[in-house]
This record gives sequence, structure tokens and C-alpha cells, in this order.
Amino acid sequence: MKRKLFLIIALLMVASLVLSACTSKDPAPVNNGGDKPTGETIKIGGILEMTGNIASFGQSSRNGIVLAFEEINAKGGVLGKQIEFVLEDNKSIQVESATAAQKLIQQNGVAAILGAVASSNTLAAAPIAQDAKIPLISPSSTNPAVTEVGDYIFRSCFIDPFQGVVMSKFAIENLGAKTAAIMTDNNSDYSIGLTEVFKEAFTAAGGKIVSEVAYVSGDTDFNSILTSVKNAGPEVVFIPGYYDSVGLILDQAKNNVGFSSDIVFLGTDGWDSPTLFDLAGDSANGTYFSNHYSPDADSAIVKDFIASYKAKFNGAIPDALAATAYDAAYMIAAAIESAGTTDAAALRDAIAAVQLEGVSGNIKLNEKRDPVKSAVVIKIDGGAQTYYSTVEPN
Amino acid sequence: MDLSAKTIEFLQQLINGISLGSVYALVALGYTMVYGIIKLINFAHGDVFMLGAVFGYFAITMFGLSFYPALIVSMVICAALGVVMERIAYKPLRNSHRVASLMTAVGLSLFFQNFTVYRIGAQPKAFPRSAPVNWNVFGVNISSRQVLILATAVVLMIALHFIVQKTKMGKAMRAVSFDRDAAMLMGINVNNTISFTFAIGSALAGAAGVLVGQYYGVVNPLMGTLYGLKAFVAAVLGGIGILPGAMLGGLFLGLAETGVSAIGYSTFRDAVAFAILIIILIFKPAGILGKNTREKV
Amino acid sequence: MNKKKLIFITGAVAVGVVVQLLISSGVINPYFAQILTLMSMYAILATSLNLINGITGQFSLGHAGFMALGGYFSAILTTKLALPLPNFLMFPLSLLFGGLVAAAAGFLVGLPTLRLRGDYLAIATLGLGEIIRVMFVNWKYVGAAAGMKGIPGYTNFLWTYVIAVFSILIIVNFIKSSHGRACISIREDEIAAETMGINTTKYKVMAFVIGAFFAGVAGGIFGHLIRLLHPNSFTFMVSVEILLMVVLGGLGSITGSIAAAVFLTGLTEALRQFSDLRMIIYSLMLIVIMLFRPQGLLGTREFSLDMFSKFTKKAEKAER
Repeated sequence: MKRKLFLIIALLMVASLVLSACTSKDPAPVNNGGDKPTGETIKIGGILEMTGNIASFGQSSRNGIVLAFEEINAKGGVLGKQIEFVLEDNKSIQVESATAAQKLIQQNGVAAILGAVASSNTLAAAPIAQDAKIPLISPSSTNPAVTEVGDYIFRSCFIDPFQGVVMSKFAIENLGAKTAAIMTDNNSDYSIGLTEVFKEAFTAAGGKIVSEVAYVSGDTDFNSILTSVKNAGPEVVFIPGYYDSVGLILDQAKNNVGFSSDIVFLGTDGWDSPTLFDLAGDSANGTYFSNHYSPDADSAIVKDFIASYKAKFNGAIPDALAATAYDAAYMIAAAIESAGTTDAAALRDAIAAVQLEGVSGNIKLNEKRDPVKSAVVIKIDGGAQTYYSTVEPN
Repeated sequence: MDLSAKTIEFLQQLINGISLGSVYALVALGYTMVYGIIKLINFAHGDVFMLGAVFGYFAITMFGLSFYPALIVSMVICAALGVVMERIAYKPLRNSHRVASLMTAVGLSLFFQNFTVYRIGAQPKAFPRSAPVNWNVFGVNISSRQVLILATAVVLMIALHFIVQKTKMGKAMRAVSFDRDAAMLMGINVNNTISFTFAIGSALAGAAGVLVGQYYGVVNPLMGTLYGLKAFVAAVLGGIGILPGAMLGGLFLGLAETGVSAIGYSTFRDAVAFAILIIILIFKPAGILGKNTREKV
Repeated sequence: MNKKKLIFITGAVAVGVVVQLLISSGVINPYFAQILTLMSMYAILATSLNLINGITGQFSLGHAGFMALGGYFSAILTTKLALPLPNFLMFPLSLLFGGLVAAAAGFLVGLPTLRLRGDYLAIATLGLGEIIRVMFVNWKYVGAAAGMKGIPGYTNFLWTYVIAVFSILIIVNFIKSSHGRACISIREDEIAAETMGINTTKYKVMAFVIGAFFAGVAGGIFGHLIRLLHPNSFTFMVSVEILLMVVLGGLGSITGSIAAAVFLTGLTEALRQFSDLRMIIYSLMLIVIMLFRPQGLLGTREFSLDMFSKFTKKAEKAER
């Protein structure tokens, strides 16, 4: 009996050893900068979705942050100190985001936190940062509720209501649409929030919503809801969802349900991924979506960003998540520099006052600690994203 | 002939439902066969289905096979996987407490799923396929992909029927399923028969995986769980252990889900599948085609 | 016997108070406090699932669903209704309410499915977990897909620990009662138990409902700890993690479940950076334990002082 038990334990240990030997991933704390930091460093924490169902978002964001801190450290850091980025994986779940925030604040003693990506994860981490009075900047949580948690919570991206208004305006003014259908991902507050905003803005401008259908992320079969949408006869179909579902929807609309090419599909920043083209193929052509930035934008800072990102990450083109994360990293560095200290209250005031020309537009926070900045509309053409127009906030 | 808009929509939804239902039916067949023969819910079956899609994906992208060869390759690998799975994980537990084999099945399912995530990432992959042809029949849109999925499913089901009813191995399967001990006494190699059942069931799941891959154009390591569960519901609905029951249950479930989406409750369609399950367990646990039997000592 | 139990309870609670004092005075920082709280919470979850899976021999996969029910309904009481009660009354009351809602759901699902053989329960509870999740995703009152925000952070270590001690005591008392013995007899041989005149359905449902109740209580603790309830916090994977604790600790061993809950919670935190491998290791562990020790790593044995003294006696003998 006992021998068997030992055998099992030994087997388990061997199995876990073999498995952990297989990994060649870099461990979580990433220490950047070519030179060894001399003396003290300033620790900035990161809570990102490195694994789990939205891991690709977290990984892009990490790349953006790592690149920014590397550049800052190469120029001598802030206040003469190097920045050390301590990354914790929240596995894309809420409870882990909260524990990660505790760990970074209590164990690592970070001066500020960057993250998380999904609004639901940020909302789990934010109360802890607020209680401990450690500033937190989310690079990409667009839900308005995030910064309502408290005066230590900031973000570097625009919020959902703005995006919904942009697309509604675009549908009416640029496409001349009078009727629209909306497809909502009921699993995502992001999608539900945008649906409300778009509906309100579109009807206020004299348009009519002819069909509203819902799906849940993870679905693969959209034929039946698309059939309902098609029969309602809209001019535009607004899908505020994520690329994995949207890719399938676009494909099934054209190829299974037989949508005519006159019906234009519109989306939001959740569409921003090469996977969308993989899944939708040619069906993605002729659609538009709003985003935080476009790699095609004609500005020097964007060009520099893309060049150094490509050089560091094997020629990958940065997506919007990398761009807003890059900006968030620069925001915190600029705030530390202007505050002259990492003291929490001073740092909070410095972040609130920060003004920065970022790759995702000019960043200036309003009294709700949300940036007021422009959005771009991107057209998908010939299987690639092309810059279409910039919409300024009013 | 002109059809009214309502009729067209109805027919269109019918086609959507039948295409979806035929996939559930194919996966449900494997569940029902395995349950029929060793009374085990093979939780990992849905993940074999997922792996079938992954194998098909690699057969096409890495080895440049076309659709049908990829389908066959994937079926063969899945059949082998099914046999190995049975021999390593289920056979040693055949005579122990059933909770033990159920937990092993859950463990296997998680292992397949997480290992695939680890190897190829959780990102959905685009399944390579050619552009479809769309036919317009009285205003109803029929895609060549829908025809392909239906035709392949029907051919596979006919082949299965032939194997189970007309071959020696099929006879042995039916005998073992009816009474394992008596079958053994009659000189039937029970172990081989069980392995064969796993092979056939897994091959069907693999085929379903490739079909889903080409129909929806996506492969995703996490897609096995939901399809597996729904196929199980389909199997219970039709009467678990009964082959025509699985086909019937699959079609019924596909149509029910499409119907629910069509009337505007698409977010509840997963819940509907499970509600059907609980209702059937309350009112007719043996399923539509099953007969109530008392458990014998 | 009773005296022994009393000493045990007093001792256990005293340990909790000392730890809480250390937390309040800052010797143990909030990060470790949170992990200790999670460990106590998982101990409740693991022992309650053990009652269903280990003691009664049924197979439930819906613990996360019951947890969600308890979490949401207790939070409705504290956050939405905000009754004018002091915190120390409000919190236990809300936990009780959450637990009762979970127990009611357990009764509704358990009654039809537990009449059937064990396998159906597994699927039905899995389905139930999913239905509950979908329900909360669509329920606007509790925040739908955005989750429920602004829940007061009532949970601290002492609350969780004391509730864990008392839940475990209640479960142990149940097991040692004649009801508990009936449950064990069902696990050992259902048909024989029925022949002996035991109403198997009744006892299966009883164990299932008690298990669901404590899962609900743990859900309430969870909600007031994280201060955010989100449907995605209660996926199937959570049920699996609790199941693994039960298996690792031994099907039927309460002390084993507690030890496994503490161990796995700590391990999960320690392995944070390898989280993509974690689930592979966990699933392999589940398979390997079942293949070589179908009764779980510890089986039905319990950790106790007697066991320790036996061990030392053996060691003494060996020395001689």
C-alpha cells in the first residue's frame, strides 16, 4: 500500500518536473534595460491577461509596456533611477486580478500598477489599489465604471460611449444609412454598453434600428440570427464584439446566409486582430471599425513606435492594445518625472495633470480621469486595415 | 413559384437547424455507442471531436491534403486515440466504482483541452477551405458547405448502420452491449469489441470535428466542451445506448436551438439544451426511443 | 467526547483570533491575509463537495454554480437591499440567505436526477452550473455581463475561518450521525443499502442539498472578499479545481479535503507564472490518482493525533 503511494507521488513529481522543464518562457518579473540598474529602481507593477481566454490582448499590452520602459531606461530612466516592470498574470479571471494586485502592492512594493486589459478584471483589482492608495492606469478597459472606483484609478484609452457615438455618426454621415441592425455579444458588458450608446445616438439622429439580435462569445453558429437580421433588411449592421466571433459572423453572413455586399458591417476596437482576416477571409472587405490608433497614421511618433516595435518583436505590427499600453507606460513615467517623487498622493495628482502626445492620440485626462482623445475609423480593404478618417472628440 | 417572406425565413432556418443537428448527431453517436457498451459517459468524447478538427487542420495546412483525405486521416488518428484512451485510462477502472471512471474521463477531457491550448494556443485558428457555391432555391439560400456537411453525415451514418447490423464485429458489439458476461461465455473477445467501439465512436467524432471545421471555418481548443455536452444531451434525448436515438436527438436539438435563436432568444440557447436535458431526466429518463428498464441486481 | 470537541473548537477558534490579530497589527500583510482567507473558503468548498462525491458516492460537477447562487443572492441582500442592520449581523444573515438559495436550487435539481444513476447527476449538475451562469449573464438587476460592483468588503480572515470551522463541524457531525452512515452505505453499495430499507433517494438528496448550502455560503464569502461578482468567476474550471481538492485529499476524508484545499490554493498562488501548465498538471494528477488510487490519495483515512502517535510508536519500534 505504502509503496504504491510513494510510486504515485514520485510519478507526479516526475511529471511536473518534465512539464516545467518543457517551458522556456521567461519568468514573470521582466527586468528591462540594457544596463544593469544601478542603485535603487522604481518598481511599476503590471496585471495583465498573459494566459486564459484573452491572452493575446494581454501579450500585446505587455509588449507595448516593455518597449516603452526599455526606451525610457535607455534614456536614463526617471529621476535618475531605472524602471523595473514587475508583471503578474491574472489568467484572465477576476479573483486572480485581485490577488495579483495585493501581491504587487504588498510583496513587491510597486509605486503604480498598469492593467488590466478587460474591464471586469480591472474592476476586481481597482478597489484594492484604491484602498492601498496606489495609482492604477488601465491601458484598455473602456467601461466607464472602471475609473468611477476612485481617484487613484486612471486609463489611457477612450471610453465606450465615445466609440458608439463615433460609429453612429459615421454610419449616418459617411454612409448615408437610415436603417441599422445591431448584433450584441450578451456575454460582454463592453458589447452591451456600446449597443446602448449606438442605439441612442442612431435613433436621435433620425435613424431606425430594424433588428437587434444577441449572441454569446464562444458561439460558432450564427446562421440563424443572421437570417433574422437579413430579413429585417438593414443598410448597416453594427457588431460591437470581439474579433473571434466577428470573423465567423462576417464569413457566415456572406457565405451561408447570402448577405448582399450593399449591406455594410460596422464594428469597434474589439475587431482589431489579424485573426479576424484569417477567419473571415474576403468577407471582411468593405467593413469599417473604430480604433484607438492606426499604424498608417501619418505622424512621426507613430512611425517611430512601429519601427522600434517591429525591431523588438520580430517584425510584428503593433495593434491598438500595444499602442495604448505603450502610452500608459509613458504616462506613468511622465507623471513620476513631474511629481519628482513616487509618493502616492503626489503621483496621483501628477497623473491627473499629465499631458502627452501619445501614439494613440493626445492624452489629457478630464475630471473623471478618462482621456479625451480622437478615434480613428479603419476600413478593411483587400484583406488589410487601411486608415479611413480621424474623429475628434467634441 | 413565389414563397412569402415568412416561409422563406422558415425554410432557411430549417436548413440551418438541420446542418447544426447533423453535427450533434455525429458526435452523439460516439457517446451513445460507448455508453451502450460499458455504461460510461465518456466526457473526453467532446475533446476527441475537437482534436479531430485540429488533426484535420494540420493535415490540410501542413501536408497540403484536400478535404476528403484530411477527413479520413483525422478519422484514423482519432480512432487510434480512442483505442489508446480506452486501454490506458478506462480499462483498468472497468470494475471499480463508477465515480472513478467518470473522474478519469473529466481528467482526460481537461488534459486534451489544456494540452492543445499549450501546444497551439487558445486563439481560434482559421480552417482552410475553398469558397462555397451558393444556390438560390425559391429565395432560400443553400450553401455548398451545408450540402457537404449533410451529405457526409448521412454517408457516415449509413456506413455505421452497415457495420453494426451486417458485420461480425457489429454483432459482437450488440452482444457485449446486451450482456457482457454472456457474450464473453459465448467466446466473444470483449476487450477487442470494446476497443473497436471506442475506435468507431472516436472516428465519428473526428469526422464531425473536420466537418465543423470546414463548415464554420474555425478550429479552437475550447470548442470540444460545449459540442460534447450538447451531443450528450442529444444522446440522452434520443435514448442513450440507442443509435437511431442519437441521430434523432441530434437533429431535434439542432432544430430546437435554431428555433430559439430565430424567435430572438439566442443567448438562452445553451441554457435551452440543458433545460431539455433536465426535463427529459424528470419525465422520461430513458429518452424518446428508450424503454424504461429496472436495474437488476 | 463532548469535552474533547469543545476543547477542539475553542482551540481552533483561538488560533483564528490570533492570526486575525496578527493581520490587523500588520505582521501578516493583506496579501497573505487574502491567501489565508481563500484557503479557508476553499476548505468549505472542498469538504462540502466531499460530502456529495466522497461520502455519498454521487458525482456532482456543479459546485461553481451553487457558489454563484450563494454569492449573488447574499450580495443582493447586502448591496441592493442594504437592510439597516449592523455589519456583524448583516453578513452572516446574507451568507445564510445565499446558502439557502443554493440549497433550494440543489433540491430542485437533485430530486429528479438523484433518483437515477450517478452518471446523470454529473451531466445535470454540469448543465445546471451553465444555466446559472447564463442566468446571471442576462439578469440586468445584478449587473448582467458587467458583473455586480460595489459589494461591501465584509469578508476578512476571521469570519471566513470561523465559518469554515463551523461548516466543517456540521458536516462531520452529519457524517457521524445515522444519516451520514446511510450516505456511506449508499456509496458502498446502493442496491444493498436499499434492500436494508434505506431510502436512498432521500439521503442522496439530503447530502446534495447540504453540500449545495455550504457551497452557497462559500460563494457569499467570495463575493464579499473580491467585492465584484462576475459570471466568469464561476466557470466549470472552478468546479474542477474543487473536485481536484476532494480527489487529492481522498474521497471521504474530511481532513484530507482541508489539507488539499490549503495545499492546492497555496500551490496555485506559487505557480502563478506557470499557469498555462497548471491545468495540464492538474488534469494529469486527476487521471493518475484515479488510475492508481481510485479512492483518492488518502482514501477515507483521516489525519489525527492518533495517527501521529501510531507513527511515532512505529518509529520507536524501528529504532529498537
